[in-house]
Amino acid sequence: MSGTGLWRRWRRSAAAMIGAAVVALVLGTALAAPWIAPYDPLAQDVADRLQPSSARHWLGTDGLGRDVLSRLIYGARPTLGLVALVALLMVPIGLAVGVLSGFYGGLLERALMGLTNITMALPQLVLALAFVGLMGPGLINAALALVLTGWPAYARLARAETTLLRRSDYIAAAQMQGIVGLRLLWGHVLPACWPAMQVRLALDLASIILAAAALGFLGLGVRPPTAEWGMMIADGSKVVFDQWWIAAVPGIAILVVSLSFNLLADGIRDARGGR
Amino acid sequence: MSARASGDAWRQPVMRVSGGLVTLACTLAGLLLVTFGLSRLSPVDPAAQLVGEHASQGVYLEMRRTLGLDEPWPVQFERYVVRLAHGDLGVSLSTGERVSDDLRRVFPATAELATLSLVLSALVGLPLGILAAWRPRGVLDAVVRVLSLFGNSLPIYWLGLLALFFFYAHWHLVAGPGRLDDAFEYTIDMRTGSVLIDSWQSGLPGALANAVSHLLLPVALLAAYAIGNITRLTRAALLNESDQEYVLLARAKGATEVRVLLSHVLPNAAGLIVTVLALTYANLLEGAVLIETVFAWPGLGRYLTTALFAADTPAVLGGTLLIGVCFVLINGMTDVLVRLLDPRGR
Repeated sequence: MSGTGLWRRWRRSAAAMIGAAVVALVLGTALAAPWIAPYDPLAQDVADRLQPSSARHWLGTDGLGRDVLSRLIYGARPTLGLVALVALLMVPIGLAVGVLSGFYGGLLERALMGLTNITMALPQLVLALAFVGLMGPGLINAALALVLTGWPAYARLARAETTLLRRSDYIAAAQMQGIVGLRLLWGHVLPACWPAMQVRLALDLASIILAAAALGFLGLGVRPPTAEWGMMIADGSKVVFDQWWIAAVPGIAILVVSLSFNLLADGIRDARGGR
Repeated sequence: MSARASGDAWRQPVMRVSGGLVTLACTLAGLLLVTFGLSRLSPVDPAAQLVGEHASQGVYLEMRRTLGLDEPWPVQFERYVVRLAHGDLGVSLSTGERVSDDLRRVFPATAELATLSLVLSALVGLPLGILAAWRPRGVLDAVVRVLSLFGNSLPIYWLGLLALFFFYAHWHLVAGPGRLDDAFEYTIDMRTGSVLIDSWQSGLPGALANAVSHLLLPVALLAAYAIGNITRLTRAALLNESDQEYVLLARAKGATEVRVLLSHVLPNAAGLIVTVLALTYANLLEGAVLIETVFAWPGLGRYLTTALFAADTPAVLGGTLLIGVCFVLINGMTDVLVRLLDPRGR
């Protein structure tokens, strides 16, 4: 009985380990892209276009004769960069809203939580589409669009944690020592919210990647000719009936990365003792 | 005492429903503020867009005044709400038609796609979830886990492209992009906007089969995307309930497993399951936006993406607003339904 339980735990953490390894690998690839990529991702060679896999071009070439493998390697950069940017903006906003409303309560809490609930009831992807479409495509706007509708989950979590904490002896002790205001929130409340935030962010990363790639696919991510996985699928979709691999390869990259993030997140959640 | 209790019996559900309606109204107002804010934030100047680059300053200012852009923004917002209340979403810059007419034309295609997918995914996902909860940690449970993991990691438009390549171009098993073959496209009168109903009513031989053949891939894909989540969440809801003491009591009293499930666990998990289905429906509407671009489906998603590239602000905002309203209504109605379904409230 304990044997199977142990094996199950090991198997699950093995999945998390694989996820972490792949994420690290992709991160390394993105950082080392100029040294790893066999070709310039933007170099066109129209005479050599739409080639299948060969010794010269391992994953073939796209419609403009660009090396698909090199574009795939460079394509990890905007994807991971966007994910990082979204996480860096979204979590602090959610934390600030949640901690403030949870700690001070009253009218502030009702106003902020009302805003949170309204934002949560809006369609994320379509609003992101409209936002990027109206503000103009680009990495920053795509990130802002995802942040705009992504923060409420964090606000709710942070508020729940803070509400629990507000009446605790630990906060009372800090207050009696004269720690109040921003210093109390920053040094004593915030660290307590942090673990829940981490789990939630880990669970969100894969969906951020998918949303970012979807924006790229619709032509609302980075501007061409920069390589980005979603946009590479869109480029490949024009020739999918004849050269299917051009669209298939970047999709596999997206699948592998978001799958790894999901596995990693499951592992983190289990390790933190969540459900 | 008993009079008060019977008075509360009807008042309580009414209170709960009206509380839900207030939230709904606030959310709708928030949505309007967001779409209005988007139109203000946009760097595209609608007046300059209408009069063209070479218009004189006078003509440009005149157009700004006609559009009401010189007013303070609260006044503009009020006008926006009043226009919306009259069903006026403006005129699309790319189609030249009223946005409300355009939306009426394209929305049924999206709604049909999302609704059929929801029905299919519920028909498969709910029984699967019940079976998975029946034997937790069994083989089926593992399969469901992997399915939902992949469902949450796959770019759906990419899967759509591959499916088109294999099932349509390679194996010729289903029809290709669009809602109907060209032979039917211009002969069938789209009266209801639902391709199934319209092709059936047209009475043309093969029309309905053709419509089904076109629907098969996008619906199956959207459903596959949703089945994993429906199954996982149904399983979680049922497992959560079967840990409760009333289930133990029912079993102790000798109730059969089927009876425990049907008359004890399911009614208590109903609220959660309804929420899951509603969330799925909302997500399917959004997913349809992506899948439409792949399958050249003439719905809201394709209308929206086409409008985006034409910098057609009224069409983009109208489409966004429509999906937003659907979202808010689905969320709000679920909220009310869950409050009514909750056995503790009876």
